[in-house]
Amino acid sequence: MDHPTTVKILKFHAEKCNGCLECEKACSQVHFKTKDDGEKSAIRIIKTEKGYSMHVCDQRGLCLDMCPVGALTRRKNGVVWLDVNTCIGCQACVGFCPIGAMRKADVRIEPFKCISCGSCVRACPEKALELVEVKLPDVTQVVYHKLGA
Amino acid sequence: MVEGQIAIEEYKTGNTEHTWDLQKMFSAHKVLTKYSYKKGQVIKGYANRTLYVNLSTGQIAEKPVTEQMKKQFTGGRGFGLKLMWDSMKPTTRWDSPENELLITTGPLCGTTQYAGSGKSICLSVSPSTNILCDCNVGGFFGPYMKFAGFDAMEIQGKAKQDVVVVIDGEKGTVSIETAPLEEINTHLLSEQLTRMYASEDTDKSRQKVSVVSSGHAAENSYWGVLNFSFYDIRRKVPRIKQAGRGGLGTVLRDKKIKALVVKVERFDGVSNHPANPVALAKVGTKLHKEIRDLDRYQCNMRAVGTGHLVEIMDAYDLLPTENYRFGSFPKASKIYSPKFYELFTKIIPDGCWHGCTMACAKTVDGYTVMTGPYKGEKVTVDGPEYETIGACSNMSIWDPLWILEFNFYCDTYGVDTISAGTATAFYMEMYEYGILNKERCDGLELCFGNPDAALELLHRIAKGDEGEFIKVAAKGARRVKDWINRHGWGDKQLIEDAGMESKGLEFSEYVTKESLAMQGGYGLTLKGPQHDEAWLIFMDMVNNAIPTFQMKAEALHYFPMWRTWFGLNGLCKLPWNDVEPVDNAQTPEPSKVPEHVQNYVDFQNAMTGWNVTKEDLILQSERCYNWQRAMNVWLGRGQRKDDWIPFRAMGPVTEMEYVSRKERYDKSLVEKLGMPQKDVEKMITQEKIRILYEHRRNQYEKLTDAVYYRRGWTPNGIPTPQKMKQLGFSDKKMLKMLQDKIAADEKNGLNVWSGKYSKGEQSPSSEKHYWEKW
Ligand code: SF4
Ligand code: SF4
Ligand code: SF4
Repeated sequence: MDHPTTVKILKFHAEKCNGCLECEKACSQVHFKTKDDGEKSAIRIIKTEKGYSMHVCDQRGLCLDMCPVGALTRRKNGVVWLDVNTCIGCQACVGFCPIGAMRKADVRIEPFKCISCGSCVRACPEKALELVEVKLPDVTQVVYHKLGA
Repeated sequence: MVEGQIAIEEYKTGNTEHTWDLQKMFSAHKVLTKYSYKKGQVIKGYANRTLYVNLSTGQIAEKPVTEQMKKQFTGGRGFGLKLMWDSMKPTTRWDSPENELLITTGPLCGTTQYAGSGKSICLSVSPSTNILCDCNVGGFFGPYMKFAGFDAMEIQGKAKQDVVVVIDGEKGTVSIETAPLEEINTHLLSEQLTRMYASEDTDKSRQKVSVVSSGHAAENSYWGVLNFSFYDIRRKVPRIKQAGRGGLGTVLRDKKIKALVVKVERFDGVSNHPANPVALAKVGTKLHKEIRDLDRYQCNMRAVGTGHLVEIMDAYDLLPTENYRFGSFPKASKIYSPKFYELFTKIIPDGCWHGCTMACAKTVDGYTVMTGPYKGEKVTVDGPEYETIGACSNMSIWDPLWILEFNFYCDTYGVDTISAGTATAFYMEMYEYGILNKERCDGLELCFGNPDAALELLHRIAKGDEGEFIKVAAKGARRVKDWINRHGWGDKQLIEDAGMESKGLEFSEYVTKESLAMQGGYGLTLKGPQHDEAWLIFMDMVNNAIPTFQMKAEALHYFPMWRTWFGLNGLCKLPWNDVEPVDNAQTPEPSKVPEHVQNYVDFQNAMTGWNVTKEDLILQSERCYNWQRAMNVWLGRGQRKDDWIPFRAMGPVTEMEYVSRKERYDKSLVEKLGMPQKDVEKMITQEKIRILYEHRRNQYEKLTDAVYYRRGWTPNGIPTPQKMKQLGFSDKKMLKMLQDKIAADEKNGLNVWSGKYSKGEQSPSSEKHYWEKW
């Protein structure tokens, strides 16, 4: 089987962001067909003292080894994909994501995550977001074990 | 090597692959009865009906679950008790046709968000004890059975030939089918049936099937287990968890059931239709995060499972070795958890139900079998868990590979590693003393540290060997004690005191000599000496947190009730206290893990829509606990004489044991019994053992007095009608039975305390018939 070697992930240009949350609205349109920002968006823009920061999945894939039913897979383009029809809503991936990027909205039991679709990039009026290609070995992370010691 | 992120289809175990003509096997099935039912929805955790199957008559029926039943028995094991009470007699024994095999779930069973929520609770009258035995087991069967439509399944009667009972949640049918061609042993049978009944030839489809089976050794012993399967889409084998204690697999085979099969049409994260799914996901995710952050510093379950206990038990002199004579051993480091970590397959979601991130269900894949009929095959071995390792250290087996071998064969032959290991360790000790020998053991050289002989015993039992020893050995320590005594081969007292069984069931794997509370935790139990009711050794022995009889009795009230609760709801106990919140030690009662207790309150409320408190949880358990004890009384047991434990559980039986821990026992004589140091030094060991014996026996009796009183029982351990009424029961048959028993005890002088109290000490109550005032 052919394995992807690269993946596109979001890059944030904080200095350009004006906090309008158009990206969040675009993302919740992708996942829930609504225009709400906030908990239905896979990307979150967080106000900090200095300005804004971005919080989103970077396709590291630690969750892949958490899913008991194989709902999480790495697709050909390298993106970590959650198949809602297979998912049984256990929240293992949500609980174990080291950066909290696997998200859960109250409206349904299955979580959701960034699929690097670029909707938010296009929606951003300030061009503060960009999809960049990175090498998979540079981002992948495997679930932690104490290694028996 | 730690790899991770391997695509599921690309996972390889290296196991031997089988090709079977499944079509031919399936064509040989004859459908004896087929029953169609209306598929329904689970609402707030309940399917609201149970399934009744009678193998003698072929009857299949549904029974409604009433609100009254939920109120009094909650679910799971509670429902099982209620259904058994309605359909058996006081004369029912394990092999009576009317004895039932129950598989139950509980309202929280099948939840995927909270770790440890997929347990089935099985009940039957046990061949080892002839009273009720309950086992809590993982695997997919229970949750799938509920999603297919039933809170519990009740099987009565016996089939004439080998059958499978199939619940098809896709079609909405239940059928009894003959199954002449399939294997009996689990590792083959569960794979055959999983493939046969999966709707499509895909791993996802196979994951929607679960099989309950046993094996050949279950047919010929009292140690039969129920193996519950859970198909692993990565390893591509049905893996198994055991309802291990008390011989329920023996009952399965006695009913001529080859297997139970359930298939679920589909299910998702809210198939239980919880009252408040948002709250449920919240509390579940909180626990996932706790496990993620803390498990590696606490129990390390995710890496090595319960095996992490081996090194701890060895360090505290609690790891049973050479039939519990010792609690640690120089060779023990050979079987510490890092040794098994090297063998385990890593980075797989190893929960026995979906969403259990505690993931203690470890396996060794591609293990090459060394002996017996499957020699040379490469297989997946489920485990070993701590208890299996402890069973082996008890036989003085210190090689991880032999432990795997023992584990594999016990599983596939369908026998309990605990009972088989503990009993064999006893036979080995008798062999060492010459009470048993090669001739008496049908040619087996059953000495400590001889894994070949231990395995050979299993193979012969599985083959149905007719040797006198093999046949009686397969029935366990109690029957072998009687057999040796009948032959007059040894000192009766030694034999009684060294064989670690109580009520006819073998002890699980902890040395309890220095913890009186834990002796009670094994002896003052419903089904027999299993640590699932209370584990108080550290609290009692290490931390000395419950020094008085009253405090110990309180612990032996609270913890058995608390732990019973998991079985009423379809939950695993491990995520309660095998991971603890960071600030747990600062809470007023760390041993209860208060934050997690609150999680369970929230969990049950979120599922059922009730509004319970933590006190209500204990009350739910107290009802069922007392009901089960009362049923044991009804069956002629469940009283003080049945709560006896052998002296090996209390102290040194032999001089060698005393001498090996001389300082400790001498100190005990001086400090606990107030004997002058000089006198102790002059005494011979035998005399010191005798004094310790009398003292510790009396301590146990006093503890029993205190515990019975706390639980609301008579001094003979009978739940009183007054207590039952307080718990909300009005069943006339039950109340009268208890009343009559207490009256009979009165005549026989059994309604009196058994502890000998010296000046300044008090029995729990000086009032005669104290319970009548309640
Ligand atoms: S919530 Fe869904 S995707 Fe995440 S681990 Fe559980 S089943 Fe897999
Ligand atoms: S790339 Fe797509 S899925 Fe990811 S945050 Fe942007 S809009 Fe959402
Ligand atoms: S902790 Fe272990 S036994 Fe309990 S549910 Fe999880 S995997 Fe199963």
